[in-house]
Amino acid sequence: MKKINLTLTSLLLCGLVACNNSNNQTASTETTPTEETTAGGQEAVLDNDSEKDIVKIAVGSKDHTTLVAALKQAEYVNDLSNAGPFTVFAPTNDAFNKLPAGTVDDLMKPENKDKLTDILEYHVAVGGYKQDMLTDGQTINQANLKNITINIKDGKMMVNNVANVVATIPAANGIIYVIDAVLLPPAN
Amino acid sequence: MSTKLNNYLTILTAMGLLAVIANGCKPKNVSSATSGDGAEKAYVAPGKYDEFYNFVSGGFSGQMSVYGLPSGRLFRVIPVFSVDPEKGYGYSEESKPMLNTSHGFVPWDDLHHIALSETDGIHDGRWAFANGNNTPRIARVDLKTFRTAEIIEIPNSAGNHSSPFITENSEYVIAGTRFSVPMGSNTDVPISTYKQNFKGTVSFISVDKNNGAMSIAFQVLLPGVNFDLARAGKGKSHGWMFFSCYNSERANTLLEVNSSQKDKDFIMAVNWKKAEEYLAQGKGQKQTVAYAHNVYNEKTHSATSTIERTVTVLDPKDCPDMVYLMPCPKSPHGCDTDPTGEYIVGSGKLAAVIPVFSFTKFQKAIADKTFDGDYEGLPVLKYDAVLHGEVKKPGLGPLHTEFDANGNAYTSFFVSSEVVKWRISDLQVLDRVPTYYSVGHLCVPGGPTKKPWGKYMIAYNKITKDRYLPTGPELTQSAQLFDISGDKMKLILDFPTIGEPHYAEAIPADLISKNSTKIYKIEENENPYAAKGEKEAKVERKGNEVHVYMTSIRSHFVPDNIEGVKLGDVVYFHVTNLEQDWDVPHGFAVKGANNAELLIMPGETQTLAWKPDRTGVFPMYCTDFCSALHQEMQGYIRVSPASANVPLTFSTNKAPESAK
Repeated sequence: MKKINLTLTSLLLCGLVACNNSNNQTASTETTPTEETTAGGQEAVLDNDSEKDIVKIAVGSKDHTTLVAALKQAEYVNDLSNAGPFTVFAPTNDAFNKLPAGTVDDLMKPENKDKLTDILEYHVAVGGYKQDMLTDGQTINQANLKNITINIKDGKMMVNNVANVVATIPAANGIIYVIDAVLLPPAN
Repeated sequence: MSTKLNNYLTILTAMGLLAVIANGCKPKNVSSATSGDGAEKAYVAPGKYDEFYNFVSGGFSGQMSVYGLPSGRLFRVIPVFSVDPEKGYGYSEESKPMLNTSHGFVPWDDLHHIALSETDGIHDGRWAFANGNNTPRIARVDLKTFRTAEIIEIPNSAGNHSSPFITENSEYVIAGTRFSVPMGSNTDVPISTYKQNFKGTVSFISVDKNNGAMSIAFQVLLPGVNFDLARAGKGKSHGWMFFSCYNSERANTLLEVNSSQKDKDFIMAVNWKKAEEYLAQGKGQKQTVAYAHNVYNEKTHSATSTIERTVTVLDPKDCPDMVYLMPCPKSPHGCDTDPTGEYIVGSGKLAAVIPVFSFTKFQKAIADKTFDGDYEGLPVLKYDAVLHGEVKKPGLGPLHTEFDANGNAYTSFFVSSEVVKWRISDLQVLDRVPTYYSVGHLCVPGGPTKKPWGKYMIAYNKITKDRYLPTGPELTQSAQLFDISGDKMKLILDFPTIGEPHYAEAIPADLISKNSTKIYKIEENENPYAAKGEKEAKVERKGNEVHVYMTSIRSHFVPDNIEGVKLGDVVYFHVTNLEQDWDVPHGFAVKGANNAELLIMPGETQTLAWKPDRTGVFPMYCTDFCSALHQEMQGYIRVSPASANVPLTFSTNKAPESAK
C-alpha cells in the first residue's frame, strides 16, 4: 500500500511539473510584474542530446520511485542535476520497504525534512568514485559529513557491510551505485 | 551478473519512457524569478553613468574586464597576462617585456582574483591587483589609466591561486601556491616522493604606498598542502592573514579521491606582524631563485623586465607563534573575513555546512594552548575552541562568502546552485535565491573590506546552459545581479562575461572616475623613439634595422611614403600619436605583419616591428576610426631586393627626404 502511494505521489509530482511545460517559449518574453515564483533550476534544462544525468536516470527507473519521491520532498533534485560529479548510492524501492513499517511515511512528513535530507545526503558523495578507485575498507565522507565504509570482497562491493551494490550505472554527472538497503547515518 | 544486467536494462527501458516527462519539466516562468521592477533597477539611461565599477577576472582569458553596475555594461577589457592584438599588448616592442618571465615570454595566463587597494580597510581606488595562476605572477593595474603597470613573478610557487589578497592598508598583497612543488637546488625528484620533497609557500608582496611598486618582502615555507584562497584580517585581526588549505592528505595523484579522505583540512593563520619581527631579527633565509619583475613606465611608454635573484624565506620551525592551523571541514575553498575582522568563514566545498571561526576565540585558544596536536610541526587549534558556530544545512557545496554592512553574509553554493543569505551573529539562514547555474564567486561592492558599500550582490556563474541563445558547444559564463537593499535578495539582471569570471570587486564609481587619465602629455613623453612633432619625424638605418620615427595626427602619418627598405631588414615603426585630445587614439597596421596592430593613445609612442618577407609596395593605415578622413589616413612602404640600390627616403606630400 505504502509503495503504491509513493509511486502515485512521484507520478503526480512529475505530471505536475510536466504540465508547466505548455508554453515555455513565451516564458522568456513574459514581463508581467507579478509575484516571484520559484524558477526552474538545473533540473529543468531542456536537453535531449547529452548523456542522462543522475536525476534523469533515477526518474526513469521504476525501481527508484521511493528515492525520487524522497529527493523531491527534500528538494534535492536540483542539487543532483548539478555538474557534480557525484557518487550516489541509490536504494531501490525494495530497500526502502525493508525499513521498519511507517519509517518512509514518517520521513516524508514536512516536519522531518531535515532528517530526510540528512539520510539522503548520507547516500551522496561529491566526487566520481569509480569502483576501481576504491579499496576494501576505504571510507568516503558523504555530503552530510558522515563516513561510509566500502567493502569489496571477490570483486563484489558493499557499503557499511549492510548494502550490496547490485548495479553500477554511469551518468553524465557521476555514478549511481544501486544498493539493496538504505544507509542510515551514524548518530552524532 | 545477470541480475545486475537485468536491473540496468529495466532502468534503461523505463528511462526512455519517463525521461521524456522529466525533460519536459521546464517550468514556464523561468524569467519570473526576476522581480517585476528588475529592468527599472538595472536601467541606466543613455548618457547616464553607472553607480559602480565592477572589476571582473577573466579567468582563462588572462584579462580583467570592467563593467558598470547596475547596468552590466562592459566598458573595457584590460589586458593583463595575455597578449591582446586589439590593443597591441604583448605585440608592441614597448609592451612585450610585461609578459616576460623566468621561462621567457609567456603570452597567456589564467587570471582568477581581483584585489582593490585599500587604505584603513576601505577602498581607495588606486590599484587593482590580479593573479596569474599558471605561471605564478601578480599584476598591478593602475586605475588612473586602466592599464597593467607592473607584473611580478612568484618563485617557489606553482598554481598561484591563493592570490592576490590584500591587507587593510595595502601593506601586502599575498600570493599562496596551490600546487606544492619540490624546491631548492634539486627539484628533479620522483613525484612519488611528494611527502618528503614537496613544499608550499605563501608570499608577502609589499606595496609601496606612494607609487604601488611591488617587491617580494618574504615567503613562508609550509607543508606540501594546496593553498586555495585567503583573506586578510582587519580591524581587530589586522596583522593576520587567513588561508584555506586542502589536500592535507598530501596526495600527488587522483586528488578527486585521495585529497578527500580527511573529514577536515585547515584554515591557516599567519601572523605577518610577527613575521616582520622575525625578518628584522634576521631569521629569514636568503634563497637563490629567478623571477621576472616587469614595470611599465608611463613616461617612456615602455616596459622593462628585470630578472631578480633572491628571495627571503621564513621557516615556521625557526619562528614560533607565527603560523597556526584551525581545522575546517572539508577541502575548504573560500576563506573570508567579515567587515569587523572578528569572523572568519571557511567554506568546505564538499560539505553541507559553513563553519564560522571567531578571532577572539582563536586568540584565546592560542593563549590557553588549546591544541589538537600538530600538523607537520604547525600547531593545530581545537575546532570547538575556535569555532563561533556552524551554519547548518545551508545548501550543498559552499564556495565563497561576501558581506554587507548590516552583519549579514552571502554564501555561494556551487552544487545546489544558489546564494544563501545568513546572519553572522546567530548563524540563521535568512534568505536563499537560485542562480543559473552553478555559482562560483560572489561580489558585494566593498564586500571584502571594512566598509561594504552593499546595495548589490553579483553572482558569477560557471554554467549557463539554457540561459541565453545557444552558441554551439561553447557557451558564455554569466554574472547575475541581485538587489540586496531589502530583506530578500532580488534578481534584477543577468549578463554574459568574458572568459571565466572568478572573483570580482566593485567600487563606487567616483572613487575612480574623477582620476581617470584622458591623455598623455606629449611634452612628458620620454620614449627614446618619440617624434614629438612632424618635424621630428625621420627614418634611420642601423645595419639591417630601419627605424621609422612616425607621427600620426588627424588625418595623416608623417612620413607616409617610405622607400629604400631591403629584404632582410627589420623595420621598426615608432608611432607617436601627436593628438592632445581625449578619446582620439590612432591605430597602425602594415600588410603582412606577423604580429598585430598598434593602438596609440594621445601623446603616446608605440613600436611595431615588421620583417618584410617579399619585395613590393605595402600599404599601412590607421586602424582606429579617428576622424572624418580616417579612410585617407594611409601610406606606403616600398621593399626592394637586398642587392638593390634604392636610397632610403621618406616623405609626406613633398619631395622625398634622404634618410641618415
